Amino acid sequence: MRTAFITELIRLAEVDEKIFLVVADLGFSVVEPFAEKFPDRYLNVGIAEQNMAGLAAGLAMEGYSVFIYSIGNFPTLRCMEQIRYDICYHNLPVRIVAVGGGYAYASLGPSHHATEELGMLRIIPNLIVSAPADPYEAAAVTRLMSRHSGPCYIRLGKAGEPVISRVEQPAELRVGQILPIVTREGATAVFSTGSMLKYVTDFLNENGIQASVYSFPFVKPMDKEVLTELFNRYRTIITIEEHQRNGGFGSAILELLHDAIEAGTLIKEPTIKRIAINDTFYSKAGSQDYLRSIAGLTLNLDLFKTEDL
Amino acid sequence: MDAKSTTYLAGEIRKTALSMVYEAKSSHIGGAFSMADILAVLYEDVLHVDPSEPKMVDRDRLLLSKGHACSALYAVLGLKGFFPMESLASYGQDGSSFLTHISHYIPGVEISAGSLGHGLPIACGLALAAKRKARPWTTFCLMSDGELDEGSNWESFLLAPQLGLDNLVVIIDYNKIQSLGFVKDVIDLEPLIQKFEAFKWEVFTIDGHEIQEIYTTLSSAKAARNGVPKVVIAHTVKGKGVDFMENKLLWHYKSPNATEYQQALGQLD
Ligand SMILES: Cc1ncc(C[n+]2csc(CCOP(=O)(O)OP(=O)(O)O)c2C)c(N)n1
Ligand SMILES: [Mg+2]
Repeated sequence: MRTAFITELIRLAEVDEKIFLVVADLGFSVVEPFAEKFPDRYLNVGIAEQNMAGLAAGLAMEGYSVFIYSIGNFPTLRCMEQIRYDICYHNLPVRIVAVGGGYAYASLGPSHHATEELGMLRIIPNLIVSAPADPYEAAAVTRLMSRHSGPCYIRLGKAGEPVISRVEQPAELRVGQILPIVTREGATAVFSTGSMLKYVTDFLNENGIQASVYSFPFVKPMDKEVLTELFNRYRTIITIEEHQRNGGFGSAILELLHDAIEAGTLIKEPTIKRIAINDTFYSKAGSQDYLRSIAGLTLNLDLFKTEDL
Repeated sequence: MDAKSTTYLAGEIRKTALSMVYEAKSSHIGGAFSMADILAVLYEDVLHVDPSEPKMVDRDRLLLSKGHACSALYAVLGLKGFFPMESLASYGQDGSSFLTHISHYIPGVEISAGSLGHGLPIACGLALAAKRKARPWTTFCLMSDGELDEGSNWESFLLAPQLGLDNLVVIIDYNKIQSLGFVKDVIDLEPLIQKFEAFKWEVFTIDGHEIQEIYTTLSSAKAARNGVPKVVIAHTVKGKGVDFMENKLLWHYKSPNATEYQQALGQLD
């Protein structure tokens, strides 16, 4: 995903001379081609994320379309007030890019587990929050956001995620778009955000489960009309995310479900089952899959209805 | 101080850290090697700590702010008997408490650190607590040079002299390399001595690989209760001890392959 991102960014920067990349001493063997091609639109500010975010706001005020780049929690939590106040309150075109969402840096421990940032960021006004699932979504989101007039956050997987095959692959995305991956007969749908998607599609395929899958490259906003349609279509909806249960993607779905109830647009109310991290820090080393498994970020057959199986 | 046994310990730290990083295929061996001699001196002769009682009330506190270089700290703690050496074999493996950034769940480790620029503010808190509670311990904070880019540190560099934290000793592992290049090319820290002096710290400069010099400086910095915090600028070499790792950015990231591992071990023996 990070390769898809930087490749797309270089392509965009060739035609859009407003694009500026700022890094906080990260991006070894990733950002060099950009730095070489566009030295006037590249800066390493050093290990100084607050400075990076504030400086990006200044560049954006002067017309640049700024991408700031680091890993894990560093471009988000480490400079949260600069994001909220300097970038989002001034509604500036700064795109915050974090490589290594969720447990991508599993063994490095909680400093590097980006498992709260979606929740923290999605409550900030003006900010679009995205978590692409694969290189296709990452490139499409990067392209779309490079033209956006306000701020956004892009959570990327670390490396090597394959492109997921899907029923539709629109060339361009809309903000908030919900993407069908596979639609099946069953009464259950899995809503996935970020790089959990591969696990979800593999699990359903391997177990022959007749559930549908939707990918949510945007945690905020989400297309409410499509979402209401999905609420009306499925009896059970399973949300899955590499993030804390409190305040994350599943919570956003619950909020929007309730909004739809309030608005009277629901014919029937689906059951929502949230798969997310249960309000815990995990202090164990291991692979990303290992951390996901001990944190309970897994599907099992009991979650599905008999008619799905 | 027995320079011979401390030098031996430093070698053991490097070999142990190398094996851990090799087995776990993890990163950051360069920054572990640059501080290995400093850790050897600290644990051999300077820190008042007790492996059988890691939480001893009046122990000296060592905070490793550059938590990515944890392999060397885990190594010295194991070698000193804070836990069985065998447990280091699990470093980075599924289910192990030995995270590849320093973890406070390991006996002898004061704080978890992996986000740079967090150690010094916490160290100030520990040092202030010692003052307010009239306890004798010294708080040490081992930091990296690249880490000095973080503004949080400079808030503490301003505050500590104001609070008269003469029970605080900061050690800077000045190995001249950070994540995307040489420190002088990313954000030049020079003139560093003058910066700290202007901030009202007592400044020492040492060769961070000269055992005797490290010992003399750290022990006098620890002893002097003169109203001012101390900072020791240790000039070091990233990757010190293995010729093909020395002063190479690549070894911030790379994990040695089997050949490199054998070669490196040979040089450390
Ligand atoms: C806040 C924060 N930003 C970025 C990083 C990623 N990172 C890990 S090590 C490192 C720099 C390594 O250089 P230095 O700090 O000089 O350490 P040393 O040379 O002693 O290994 C960076 C940027 C981090 N750990 N924390
Ligand atoms: Mg360094």
